Amino acid sequence: MYSVVLTKGVPDFREGQVSFDEDGHLERGKTPTVMNPNDKYALRAALQTKVRHGGDVSLMSMGPPGYKEVLQEGMADVYADDLYLLSDREMGAADTWATAMTVASGIGKLDQEPDLVFAGFKTADGETGHTGPQACWCLDRPLITHVISLDVDEDEGVVRAKRLVEGDVEEIETVEADLPAFIVTDPEFEPSYYRASHRLRHKDLREETQERAENYEDHVTVWDHSALNLDPDFIGLDGSPTIVEGVDPIPKAPSEREATTIDPSDGEGMSDVLETLQPHVAGD
Amino acid sequence: MTETDGGQTVDDAEHYEALVVGAGPGGAAAAATLARNDVETLVLERGVDAGSKNVSGGLIYAEKSAPYTIDRLFPDFREEATDREITDYYIHNVAGEQVKTFDITDLHEHDTEWSDAVLRRKMDSWLADRVHEMTRETGGGLLTEVRVNGLLREKGRIVGVTCDEIDPITADVVIAADGVNSELARDAGLTDWEDPDEYFQGVKAVADMPSDVIEERFGVSGDEGVAHLFSGDLFEGVRGGGFLYTNDDSLSIGSVFHLDSIAEERAEPHQLLDNLLTHPLLAEWLGDDYEEVEYGAKLVPDSKKMALKRPYRGRLLAVGDAAGQMQAQGPIIKGMNHAVTAGALAAEAYIEARSRDEENMMGHFYKEKLETEGVMDKLRPARYELASKVGENETVSNVVDSVVTSGVGRMAVSALGGTLERLYSSPFLVGMIPDTRTPYVTLPTVIAEELGTPVRERNDVQPPDLADRIGDLTYDVDVGNPHIELRDKSFAASGTAVTACPVSATDFGGGCYRAETVETNGSTEKVVSLDTQPCVECGTCAVVADTTWEHPRGGKGVDYKQG
Repeated sequence: MYSVVLTKGVPDFREGQVSFDEDGHLERGKTPTVMNPNDKYALRAALQTKVRHGGDVSLMSMGPPGYKEVLQEGMADVYADDLYLLSDREMGAADTWATAMTVASGIGKLDQEPDLVFAGFKTADGETGHTGPQACWCLDRPLITHVISLDVDEDEGVVRAKRLVEGDVEEIETVEADLPAFIVTDPEFEPSYYRASHRLRHKDLREETQERAENYEDHVTVWDHSALNLDPDFIGLDGSPTIVEGVDPIPKAPSEREATTIDPSDGEGMSDVLETLQPHVAGD
Repeated sequence: MTETDGGQTVDDAEHYEALVVGAGPGGAAAAATLARNDVETLVLERGVDAGSKNVSGGLIYAEKSAPYTIDRLFPDFREEATDREITDYYIHNVAGEQVKTFDITDLHEHDTEWSDAVLRRKMDSWLADRVHEMTRETGGGLLTEVRVNGLLREKGRIVGVTCDEIDPITADVVIAADGVNSELARDAGLTDWEDPDEYFQGVKAVADMPSDVIEERFGVSGDEGVAHLFSGDLFEGVRGGGFLYTNDDSLSIGSVFHLDSIAEERAEPHQLLDNLLTHPLLAEWLGDDYEEVEYGAKLVPDSKKMALKRPYRGRLLAVGDAAGQMQAQGPIIKGMNHAVTAGALAAEAYIEARSRDEENMMGHFYKEKLETEGVMDKLRPARYELASKVGENETVSNVVDSVVTSGVGRMAVSALGGTLERLYSSPFLVGMIPDTRTPYVTLPTVIAEELGTPVRERNDVQPPDLADRIGDLTYDVDVGNPHIELRDKSFAASGTAVTACPVSATDFGGGCYRAETVETNGSTEKVVSLDTQPCVECGTCAVVADTTWEHPRGGKGVDYKQG
């Protein structure tokens, strides 16, 4: 069983890491890049597949050379065997479509066709959730999104998944697809290891990977557009049909609020409080 | 598809040739012996790491007469996993501020190859790493955070185990090394939790102390260490004693009492420990910079009463505390060494039975090995069984007690003087000491009164209160899934837990057990309520109260960093 996990480096939006200028624009240079948090679920799903069925896992990303460190983070997490970075200036400023084209070409160039390609549920910066499904369209595979649990039946050559369908009520749908397939994990994805042998294998992989992740650069392959045989007009900014008209920072919440201090023994004051709260309690 | 008695199918189960439950010294010794003989061995440990659930007073022995010692099973054990070697051993008889000290190093050294102070997290976790390496070679390995919750049976026969976290496992031999509160030994009907007089309860504080300060205050150098024991009137008449052992850069200070005595006297174990910590005798050692890093507790089976004469059922072999193999005779306490021997002998018994194609005989072989190797006689000495019949008779005990305190007894103590030290050092006599007030309380008190000298040092130690002790422990609480349930909430049935539980106290709201008065239909009733969050999983309440008691799920509950 061979799996590829797609991942992206995103600004670390956690409090204390992220930096905005006075106008509310992200200061990219002052904000560290980390692996997209939602991709961790894709990594866990790939790891579960590797533990249960053996085989290799590759991690792939498109981005500047600094993304190698993002791949290392992923390697330590998913115990990946090798890392692929699709990187050159021609690929820069790509929208989701141009990215999907590039990534699909990267997957196509691998020596072995992956049985499963995994992607996380939307990135923390773009928030579109398009790249995975568009890459899947390029690869012409069955796509299962919002996956919360996964079971591969190698004998039957199928993957069975439970997916979380959110609507008026939350539903869990069980679906089956032929391999090779494309899986987008939901943040609710939970790996499960119910066999002692799986847990032992998991422990082996953790030990093996520690050393590999320390020397991760030995396991990185970098491909530029010519290695992927891609025309620069169809990738990067030039290949992106999306036109960004402008960027509006999210308005800051008003920092001044009106506050009144009321002594709990002040009966009149307290009844005013209750009166003010009453509509909110009623859900209006 | 074959259905097991629990409704699960054997086809669901994975099979390993040998399964060891619990990664303490007994489990480690069993697994190492099995792995050396190429037996595919899986070890399951419920803690987040081996040692995270374990507490011991802290001395491990290697006996000259034992067929197995831990350092022979695990080379480098002493260099990597233990603290100071105990080269001096004293017992202090205490009456108020009067103290008479005996040097009982001879008793300590009797049949001893070496004896080191240990902290269980460090020790067990080191052992577990070795065990995993060894067992992985056989196709098995060691898994943490998996709790075995019972036996898997097929047509009434034990065929494996069931777990909280993973599918059932079948095995040709199951070695229960799951401690004093063994769920497997109970499931097999080998032990119960009925009699408080079969147990001791130990509580312990680990206090930080830089190694150069230890060397200066205790007069030791290099790797040397010292053990001090305490008995007499400093524990409010509760039968038991205190100890202090030097680790590399910390001290283990604790007390061990008969659980029935704690229950009867309604004593609070943490207070008895504080009595020791604040006694003037300890002032010179603890100084004015006492810093407690961990408070812990455990039940200790009394092998004289509890060591299983037939520690097996079918293919289940119980070792260590799970089989009651914890020798506490007189002042010397030996548990881990017997667990090591028993673990290795259980493994030997399986291997022998397999090679002879007599697998149904493995339990019998194990029992025979415990007997022929002399383990059983150490655990249940025949002379104790004889002496206790007389010595523990209540009338006799009261007479002996009043003779000791009478003028005649006092004269005898004075006249014996230094000879008493030699008598205390007699392994033969120590094996006959009855479980009465006399040896633990009355005699040491009279010795101190008649022969002792006053200690007038000011002890400035302020032990942390129970809330701080609980607050300093690490827990991963299994929210919404308490592992203990109170079956009978009445104070009459379960009230003893309020005082006997080492993390509960009268008028303390932050512990496991609390007494409450509730009004129902006009009448008031005193009841007990339980919150398992601060539980240290010692098992005390399972014995002294009416509960349904299980261990928390794998990785959940208390996480001892010292142990």
